[in-house]
Amino acid sequence: MPRQLLRDGRIVVDDWTYFTEAANADAGNAEAAKIGLLGSAHPSNAIILTFDQWRSDVPRWRAARERLGVILSPADKVGQLAPDLSRFDLVGAEFPGPSEGRGYTQGRLLREQHGWRGELRATGYVRRDQVFFLARCGFNSFELPDSDLDAAAGAFSTFSSRYQPSNDIGLALKLQHR
Amino acid sequence: MYRYDTMDRTLVNERVAQFRDQTRRFLSGELNDDEFRHLRLRNGLYIQRHAPMLRVAIPYGLLSSGQLRTLGGIARRYDRGYGHFTTRQNIQYNWPKLEQVPDILAELAAVEMHAIQTSGNCIRNTTSDHLAGVTPNELEDPRPWCEIIRQWSTFHPEFTYLPRKFKIAVTGAPQDRAASLVHDVGVHIVRGPAGELGFEILAGGGLGRTPIIGQVVREFLPREHLLSYLEAVLRVYNLEGRRDNIHKARIKILVKSLGIEEFRRRVEAEWESIRGGALRVDEAEVARMRGFFDPPAYRKLVNTDPVAGKEAAFRAWYRYNTAEHKVPGYRAVYVSLKKPDVAPGDATDAQMELIADLSDRYSFGEVRVTHTQNLLLADVEQDKVFELWQTLDRARLATPNIGTLTDMICCPGLDFCSLANAGSIDVAKLINERFDDYDYLYDLGELDLKMSGCMNACGHHHVGNIGILGVDKGGEEWYQITIGGAAGADASLGSVIGPSVAKADVAETIARLLDVYVERRRPDERFLDTVRRLGVKPFKERVYAAPVAA
Repeated sequence: MPRQLLRDGRIVVDDWTYFTEAANADAGNAEAAKIGLLGSAHPSNAIILTFDQWRSDVPRWRAARERLGVILSPADKVGQLAPDLSRFDLVGAEFPGPSEGRGYTQGRLLREQHGWRGELRATGYVRRDQVFFLARCGFNSFELPDSDLDAAAGAFSTFSSRYQPSNDIGLALKLQHR
Repeated sequence: MYRYDTMDRTLVNERVAQFRDQTRRFLSGELNDDEFRHLRLRNGLYIQRHAPMLRVAIPYGLLSSGQLRTLGGIARRYDRGYGHFTTRQNIQYNWPKLEQVPDILAELAAVEMHAIQTSGNCIRNTTSDHLAGVTPNELEDPRPWCEIIRQWSTFHPEFTYLPRKFKIAVTGAPQDRAASLVHDVGVHIVRGPAGELGFEILAGGGLGRTPIIGQVVREFLPREHLLSYLEAVLRVYNLEGRRDNIHKARIKILVKSLGIEEFRRRVEAEWESIRGGALRVDEAEVARMRGFFDPPAYRKLVNTDPVAGKEAAFRAWYRYNTAEHKVPGYRAVYVSLKKPDVAPGDATDAQMELIADLSDRYSFGEVRVTHTQNLLLADVEQDKVFELWQTLDRARLATPNIGTLTDMICCPGLDFCSLANAGSIDVAKLINERFDDYDYLYDLGELDLKMSGCMNACGHHHVGNIGILGVDKGGEEWYQITIGGAAGADASLGSVIGPSVAKADVAETIARLLDVYVERRRPDERFLDTVRRLGVKPFKERVYAAPVAA
């Protein structure tokens, strides 16, 4: 079943394929992923790499025909990705569990200090309860369990106002005055 | 005090709705224990030894009479008729029912209160000087800045899942009554090179397993940059703080491992990139916040001598349980929550309602919670202090012991807390029984005793002049004693005197420490200063010279 996600407030079918998934589908083993054999099982030609995968063969990925996305793990430094941002059409942050919080900062740094305007995706442990905060940190796409998709679509309005200036979707707020 | 506007009110109501839904999902099985834990902890709800424990935020310890009355009513209707005031100037309820918590939160919201971020790995309640605004020598009332920090930190999208909890204290007077040196961040209002007011910023203080005194990150920060600087500190911590080991996750470990210079370099680098941004606090916002803390309508009075011709009991109480006020004719009055037979910091529903009434009658309808777990009526006319004392005394709220040995800070301990190794409330009781002679207590003078039931140090034992730490020894409750700690502007960590002692020996051990002090002190020398002068050795020798008689 194709993966659904929440993007710009709407539930859509994901048009991206993780490199590891694609390689597994093609060759049935992780070895293929390592050497980067891409076959025809990924009609989107839009491939998401981990930052490690990107770094392991930068020249090859730079030259690839596919649209590329990259997912930062919590310990990855946004500053190390920054010089290559223009090669990507999607950037994401991974949340390995419910207590992980570095991705929130990664998101803000990408949006506010590195000018990232493309899709910013949250992946891993992402639930409706985090979506409001993630959106304020600049994320606009969320991989959620199917059971959370509808509720998460309504979670952007959990709170109707905010005390801090930050990135909501396409909006930089000023410190609240009233 | 700060009053909610439509936006604040809407936000807390929306939080109640969100938490109600999260509780419903948990009770219906949609959320598992672990998932719900991460959600409930950000709303002050722990699952404890007997029942859930709900911690309610009292921002920088300031309450209106109506709020205190509501806290009393909640204690009666949802709990067992009492609440426990904490060292973060908050209140905890030990016996609420999980399914009723959303209703409690709704009642709190109706009086502009909440439990937001009172637990969990996020920015906690900002604490401050309980004498803010009334103490004679402060540079500026810190509370408007506390409120500015409260709003900035509430639902901060980036800092809701930090490596560990994060506590900020703000003070504006030379005496540090908020233990700011043992906070993740301490903010001191200071004067800059041109005499202008700004902030000294400290970081990396903390208690727990690894007690550390905070270090100066920036000596002078212009006031408009407070939030951007805090944001830079938090951002460095959020990215770099350890997440692999809960005992090494506080900012103090990061500061220690990087060293203060490198930590400062990283914070300043981050700050450079955001200092010009939207977080700037402009003068209009400062003025708006200050307006909420304007002095009440004081009458034009002169100083009097309230104790003249009064009985000795009142004179003793007045000396210990009241404090100087900057406005002539007024006095700040402590309501002692340290009664010999009651857990330190506990107040009953009826007491809370009575204190609320008294604040309406005597102190402009406001009550403060001190970080030493007492309450304070900050603005009492000197001529009314005697009748106030009579009422407090009848309600058993006038124990004349503020600042003395029996004004103990104490965590809930093994009786309530699932983290504790040992009881603390019963030890407090034993100490109270042993030291019930007020002449002796007064002779000992300024002395603070702080007690924690485990190394999480909620009772701040490291910074007690005498500190007591409960430890588990083969299933038995034992107590490690430290001396020489202090929490004020001259903060220091206590030194362990030697092997831990059995519960029955704690009071005798303290008596021996005090004997050494009484014998060796210089005129007017505090216990703390005698310990600093003599070192631990003579105290240790006395304590362990002979076994405690059974």
